Amino acid sequence: MPTTFTVNGKSTTVDVAPDTPLLWVLRDVLDLKGTKYGCGIAQCGACTVHLDGVAVRSCNRPVSEVAGGEVVTIEGLSADGNHPVQRAWVEMDVAQCGYCQAGQIMSASALLSRTARPTDQDIDRAMNGNLCRCATYLRIRQAIHRAAQMAAADANGASRRDEDTSVVKSLFSSPIGA
Amino acid sequence: MEATQVTRRHFLQVSALAGGGLLLSSFESVGRLEAMGLPQASEFVPNAFIRLTPDGMVTIVAKNPEIGQGVKTMLPMLIAEELDVEWSQVRIEQGDLDTTKFQAQSAGGSNATPTSWLPMRRVGAAGRAMLVSAAAQTWGVPESECTTGGGAVHHHASRRMLPYTQLLAKAATIAPPALDAVTLKEPKDFRIIGRPTRNVDAQAIVTGKPIFGIDVTVPGMLHAVYAKCPVFGGKVVSANLDEVQALPGVKHAFVIEGTTNLSGLMPGVAIVADTWWQAQTARERLRVTWDEGPTVEQSSAGFARQAAQLASQPPQRGLRKDGDPDAALASAAKVVEAEYFYPFLAHAPLEPQNTTAHYRDGKLELWSASQSPANGRRLVSQTLGIAEENITIHLPRMGGGFGRRLGNDYMVEAAAIAMKIPEPVKLVWTREDDTQHDLYRPAGFHYLKGGVDAAGKLVAWKNHFVSFGQGTSFVQAAGLGATEFPARYIDHYALDTSVMPLGVPTGFLRAPTSNGVAFVVQSFIDELAHAAGKDPVQFRYELLANHTPDAPSAPAGPPGAQTPGGGRQGGGPQFDHDRMRGVLELVVEKSGWGRTPLPKGTGMGVAFHFSHRGYFAEVVQVTVSQAGQLKIDKVWVAGDIGSHIINPLNAENQVHGSVLDGIAEALAQEITIERGRVTQDNFRNFPLLRLVQAPPVEVHWRVTDNPPTGLGEPALPPVIPALTNAIFAATGKRIRSLPLSKHNLAW
Ligand code: FES
Ligand code: FES
Repeated sequence: MPTTFTVNGKSTTVDVAPDTPLLWVLRDVLDLKGTKYGCGIAQCGACTVHLDGVAVRSCNRPVSEVAGGEVVTIEGLSADGNHPVQRAWVEMDVAQCGYCQAGQIMSASALLSRTARPTDQDIDRAMNGNLCRCATYLRIRQAIHRAAQMAAADANGASRRDEDTSVVKSLFSSPIGA
Repeated sequence: MEATQVTRRHFLQVSALAGGGLLLSSFESVGRLEAMGLPQASEFVPNAFIRLTPDGMVTIVAKNPEIGQGVKTMLPMLIAEELDVEWSQVRIEQGDLDTTKFQAQSAGGSNATPTSWLPMRRVGAAGRAMLVSAAAQTWGVPESECTTGGGAVHHHASRRMLPYTQLLAKAATIAPPALDAVTLKEPKDFRIIGRPTRNVDAQAIVTGKPIFGIDVTVPGMLHAVYAKCPVFGGKVVSANLDEVQALPGVKHAFVIEGTTNLSGLMPGVAIVADTWWQAQTARERLRVTWDEGPTVEQSSAGFARQAAQLASQPPQRGLRKDGDPDAALASAAKVVEAEYFYPFLAHAPLEPQNTTAHYRDGKLELWSASQSPANGRRLVSQTLGIAEENITIHLPRMGGGFGRRLGNDYMVEAAAIAMKIPEPVKLVWTREDDTQHDLYRPAGFHYLKGGVDAAGKLVAWKNHFVSFGQGTSFVQAAGLGATEFPARYIDHYALDTSVMPLGVPTGFLRAPTSNGVAFVVQSFIDELAHAAGKDPVQFRYELLANHTPDAPSAPAGPPGAQTPGGGRQGGGPQFDHDRMRGVLELVVEKSGWGRTPLPKGTGMGVAFHFSHRGYFAEVVQVTVSQAGQLKIDKVWVAGDIGSHIINPLNAENQVHGSVLDGIAEALAQEITIERGRVTQDNFRNFPLLRLVQAPPVEVHWRVTDNPPTGLGEPALPPVIPALTNAIFAATGKRIRSLPLSKHNLAW
């Protein structure tokens, strides 16, 4: 049965069984492999995408429920990987294996779009559904704060400083979490 | 256009590349080369170590599979440092499995650093030496007057400079120096080693590029699921294949007979469909009659009963005896007796197991996220009767390993499916498959007795270790070495063992052996410290000072004592008590141990452990509410991994990950067996750590004059006993079994 929705700004029609989870439509029908499978039961957040601007799990959401909706995946988060959250993730060297990080970034970017300056409690609430088996949580928390700063700087028209390593350096002079 | 130099152990081949580039390929052992026959230069081109090209780029092929340990960034740093190029000029490619070009191509045992520290640097240094020779010849000056920097050779006396890019053709004609004779940089001149360097795949990761095994796409590819018996090794009697075959999208459904190797190809039913979801949906309609076999009788409760029974009998064999432990216990001022237990654990990497396979014209091509692809190729070859030279393995990035992908069961399954169908196929396990068909960290039972004398000195220690195995052998990862700490630090010491049979596949989990035994040893030391009325840190200082040279009575380590870390678990001849004391002192200082009195309900615990050549001491502070709610306030880590932290940015990340991994294991992870099956099935009952549970982790390094060693594992083991010792300090409750979720911590 054909279902039509928007993916990363493009209107898309897929003809699959209506109970097919959005995750598998993205991965295997639309060849958008950035969204990951981790558990299939909304326990890990690896499959997080934005649906109408809200972070949702795609592994247990039948594609039929997405009809008419607007889906954004990691591939569509920014034009060239320059969303403040992506930049902060690179700058802080968050990833280890990297498998969970698309889901983390989608949850974090949804948080920042609601709450420009999130507190640690905001981060706890927004990010607790995203598991990282490599346990990069300490840097995830720092990178969200950093992304909030970057987004604010962007909004003020300040120039981007991709090569700025000052934060990475400060990471070392004071231990994380101390 | 080729010069070849063979030395006793190292070998470097140099050739010119079409278009004016320079190619450096290195081998590490002449023996292997001769066995393989010298490859022709033309066969080298696709996958050598280093390519220097006229565009100024240096392409380094990362030989070790990347599982998140940072090796794909770290090894090229070593080469680039000695080659003396800018890190921004370096490009890194992942090599395929190729045993004719690379040795030790695996990820496990925190081995990449110690085995690569010199060889990788030497390759870079040899390349630099040849570029210097090329410049010196061009200018007609002595090499000794030339220096390098910024990807160029300089002759300061004449103020001349030639970029590497203009020297490539000439360098390709120069005989490479002997690798073990090249001059390496003085550490004070390091510009890349020791500099925080970001993960080379960072941008690909944050933009969702298809770099993982599960993302592999081959034109015309189908998708497979593979249903195995929930009881390990159970055979297929019959299945409703006709019905499954008729379901939407299903292209093939068939039985694979499999073997009896529990870490190899187990029997099962393959369903192959146009999409993975169709295959998985069809699997829900699959009905299989299984012959569950004899292991259906196994259960965790049964293992515990057998262990208790074995413990009540004389041990089956002794692994070590020093002095006279029984007499020493009889005359000790205080004796403590305790039973310790740690459960089976799953690895649960976030990326479920998968492999893509294509069989055509007698050749098998595999894309597999494996930590030990060479073993995988052997397993596939032996199981399916296809010659190793007809198997090619590509190594995509792994979504976590933790030792799980040292096994290659998923690889041989995909290969078996591919060999039955004409299309390429991608096998992806469900999370349930992954949880219920892991190669588990084996459970262990320890029955301990220890004694302290009137002065509070630890004088006697006996451990009856009950594990799994048969006769004198342990199942994989279930052994213990005769030199395991505290052997050689207690005058009267005995380590005995008894084993029971096991029909559950087992394997190495991050910091194998150490991840269980450190909990037991460092907790029991804590119990004895309290019995002696001593501060747990002071008691440990005294223990480390009581070193005796290896006693002649110690028999050789039993089979199973060897881990992928080369047997470098908790003790052993390399254990250096001064280095351990050093990290213990450092963590005591940084954590403020004993300096401020803590209120009831809050406590600090300490532990140390040596594994994979790394020394780690850790302090955990917890607060436990009266109702028993546990909060981990903070973790302090002190580590000694030698003279250099090659990439501090990644090193700290690895320590965070290891420490938090250990905390996750301790908090709530457990695999239990009932009626031969694993009870848990997904993250809802095998919980990973969540963000709110992650305490701050403060990492400190003690730099010592020793060769640098790896970091994927050794920070993990001590955090578990440091945590349980902290719970004791806070509540008076001694934790002798894991996980903590089974304990009521109310006080
Ligand atoms: S795959 Fe969707 S939450 Fe785990
Ligand atoms: S980086 Fe490996 S799961 Fe998060």
